[in-house]
Amino acid sequence: MREGCALVTGGSRGIGAATARALAADGWRVGINYRSDRDAAEQVLRDIESGGGRALPLAADVSDPAAAAGMFDEIEQRFGPVLVLVNNAGVRADGLSPQLEDDDWQRVIDTNLSAAFRTTRRALPQMLRARFGRIVNVASVVGPRANAGQANYAASKAGLIGLTKTVAVEVARRGVTVNAVAPGFVDTDLTADIPRDIADAVPARRPGTPEEVAACVAFLAGERAGYVTGTTLTVDGGMSA
Amino acid sequence: MPATVTPEAVEATVVETLATFGPDAGDVTRAATFDALDIDSLDLVELSQVIEEEYGVVLKGDDVKDIKTVGEAIDLVVARASS
Repeated sequence: MREGCALVTGGSRGIGAATARALAADGWRVGINYRSDRDAAEQVLRDIESGGGRALPLAADVSDPAAAAGMFDEIEQRFGPVLVLVNNAGVRADGLSPQLEDDDWQRVIDTNLSAAFRTTRRALPQMLRARFGRIVNVASVVGPRANAGQANYAASKAGLIGLTKTVAVEVARRGVTVNAVAPGFVDTDLTADIPRDIADAVPARRPGTPEEVAACVAFLAGERAGYVTGTTLTVDGGMSA
Repeated sequence: MPATVTPEAVEATVVETLATFGPDAGDVTRAATFDALDIDSLDLVELSQVIEEEYGVVLKGDDVKDIKTVGEAIDLVVARASS
C-alpha cells in the first residue's frame, strides 16, 4: 500500500460516507471532511475503525478557502500527502432562474465548483511529486443534461466536468488521473425531498444507493484504473442512456 | 528557514531537480535549453515548487513562461531572492 492518504469532502453522509468506507476497505487512510454533522462523521469513523481501517474526521466548510487549507494541513500532518482526493461536497439551492437569488447562485458555485478547484490545486503538487494521484469529482447527470429549477447546480456540475477534463490532460504524464462520476437519482439526504415516483423515469425503476456510486469512485481511485483519465462515469440506472 | 540563496546553491538545486525529470545530470548545463532536455511546462511547475520550498522564492506561471535555458532559470531565482 502506498504512503499517504485519501480525502473525501462531504464525507459524513450519503455518497461521501459510502466512498470513505469503500476507500478505507481498499486500504487507504481516509480523511472524512464534514461541515456540520459531526455525529455522522464520527459514525463513519467508527465504521472504518471497526473494519480495521484508519480515518480522521475533519471539520471544514470547503467553500471557505482558509478552512479548506487548514483541513489539508491537518490531514497531511497526520496521514501524509493526499494521494486520493474525492471532491464530493455539494449543495443545492433550487429555484427557477428568474427567481434565483445571487446568494443561491454563489453558494452552489462556491461549494460544488470553486472548492473542488482549490482542493485540486492544493493536492496536485504532492501527487505530481509522488508520480501517482487520483482525483475523482462527484458531478451529476444534471449539468450535461438540463433540469429545470437547477440552473446553479447544473452550471456547477457542468463546470466540474470541464475542470475534470482539463486538469486530467495537464497532469496525465505524471501518473495522476482526474475523473468524474455522474450520479443520477441516488437515495441520500440531498434527494430526500424529491418524490420517490421520479424512479419511474429511471430504466432501473429504483433509486441508486450511495454504495453503488462509491464503488465507481473506488474503482477510479484504484491502481487498476491508471489509464482512465478525463472521463465521466455515469451512474444513473440508465436514465441518460 | 529557507536556504541561503547563492548562485552555486541554486544551480545545484536546479540541476539536481531537473535531472529527476529525465535528462542526465551531465547534460543539465547552464547553456542547455529546456527543449533540448525535454523539460516541459509541467516540469517547470514542479521545479518552481522545489525552489519555493528550498529558498522561499515564489515563481508564478508568468515568471517562467519566457525562460528557455537552465541558466536563465538559475538567474531568475537568484535575482528574485535578492530583490
